[in-house]
Amino acid sequence: MAQLKILVVDDEPGIRSGVSRILGNFHVTYPFMDEDYTFNVLEAATGEEGIEIIDREMPDILLLDNKLPGIQGVEVLEYVRKKNYDIVVAMITSYASIDVAVKAHNDGAIDFIPKPFTPQELKASIEQITKQQYLRRITHKLKVEGRKVRFQFLSVLSHELKAPLNAIEGYLRMMQERQMGDSLDEYASAIERSLQRIESMRNLIMDLLDFTKVSFERQMEKMQNVNLKELVSMAVVTVSPYAIHKDIRFESSVNGCETIWADPNDFEIILNNLISNAVKYNKPGGTVTISVDCSENEFTVSVADTGIGMNNDERQMLFEEFSRIRNDKTRNISGSGLGLSIVKKVVDLYHGVINVESAPDRGSVFTVIIPRSQVSNLKTGI
Amino acid sequence: MSKIYTVLLADDDPDYLFQVAFYLRKAGFEVMAVESQAEAEQVIAKVKPDIAVFDLMMESDDSGFILCYKIKRKYPEVPVILATAVSRETGITFGLSGGQDREWIRADLYLEKGVRPEQLEQEIRKLLKI
Repeated sequence: MAQLKILVVDDEPGIRSGVSRILGNFHVTYPFMDEDYTFNVLEAATGEEGIEIIDREMPDILLLDNKLPGIQGVEVLEYVRKKNYDIVVAMITSYASIDVAVKAHNDGAIDFIPKPFTPQELKASIEQITKQQYLRRITHKLKVEGRKVRFQFLSVLSHELKAPLNAIEGYLRMMQERQMGDSLDEYASAIERSLQRIESMRNLIMDLLDFTKVSFERQMEKMQNVNLKELVSMAVVTVSPYAIHKDIRFESSVNGCETIWADPNDFEIILNNLISNAVKYNKPGGTVTISVDCSENEFTVSVADTGIGMNNDERQMLFEEFSRIRNDKTRNISGSGLGLSIVKKVVDLYHGVINVESAPDRGSVFTVIIPRSQVSNLKTGI
Repeated sequence: MSKIYTVLLADDDPDYLFQVAFYLRKAGFEVMAVESQAEAEQVIAKVKPDIAVFDLMMESDDSGFILCYKIKRKYPEVPVILATAVSRETGITFGLSGGQDREWIRADLYLEKGVRPEQLEQEIRKLLKI
């Protein structure tokens, strides 16, 4: 049995005692919760007293009358928001002007309970609020943990490296203990899978090397005139065995660019990653369209695919290290989760921007725009 | 073992899934092995396993938590083991002893992933009291 603290701030003693009485033996159940919630009701007659109790008792739910003798309800609400307290606020009002309602809503009040209310109405509101509060806390907790995970680059990396090692070790043990019998043929798929895991681990390590290069080794002497057209062809050649396997067609156009002043490694990283992703996340028989346009002020590289695409939520986390979009469509696609974060780092280095447009099941377009004037004025490090 | 116990096993690492399922089947369990939260939910809708072992991160970062909720809602008595590597690797702990976590993680046992199949078998037997 878990208990939530409810603070009711109202200058009418009848309302306060009414709430106490109604919620005194009320409990909320919800399928996700394996225990019921009961309520401990605290009372305050003024906004000032309310704030004092909020600071001291940290209630979970606040029932707030707007019209109070001293400071008004919305001011108490503002205080709660400013302090970033994790409290769900509902306004209890006899007459709410539109202005007050809008302000309260903007400040995060999630419910309005009209006054006078029946015990049933109060209970229904409290039930709703309790569920929301419960879910909000869980989501918040997961978000905080999620954020921490991303920051812990090395830890996640070690996990990404250990997972394939565990898998390979597992298969080797099966062989060592002859769990599938004495014939080597029985282990063909175990061997094949081990080789695949080794391959993906190798890719991760390569990406990682790129990653450290981009982060730390910026050498001006590597800058030279780079032929973008050649780099595009090279990137296409690199990925073509895989593209042929998936029956992917390339279309490319390079307009107005002869050479640009850059570190060729950087542009290889950008092009290789974008083009290989466009193949990897494409559908069999799809197309990859690469276009490079150079104007006086900037060059634009865009890579479009006709693949699985992604939704907005997925797009948000795209450039974060080790973020991989996990869904049914990506399940059998291996990747380190580093590629795009590396591309982003390189693009930043050139003071450029990278944009992505995407629609699920239709495909994605990645566009990198790098200002020409900035290339000679490189950042040195990140 | 007179009764044959059924284990629902969900993990998106196909190799780990294969190895554990293989081991448990050899040890005499019936294993329903699935690679995703969605498949696990389909199984839960139709079949009541004797015990479930869920990976935490599958389609989403909290797939394992969601599966814990769903299976406990349908079959409160089925023990659940939640396995993930996140905790040791990142220092984020989801201790089941702490009251706050206990409130929202509906697992009976929390295991570090990478646990050997034989250790997992022991834990399963403990929870099934066999």
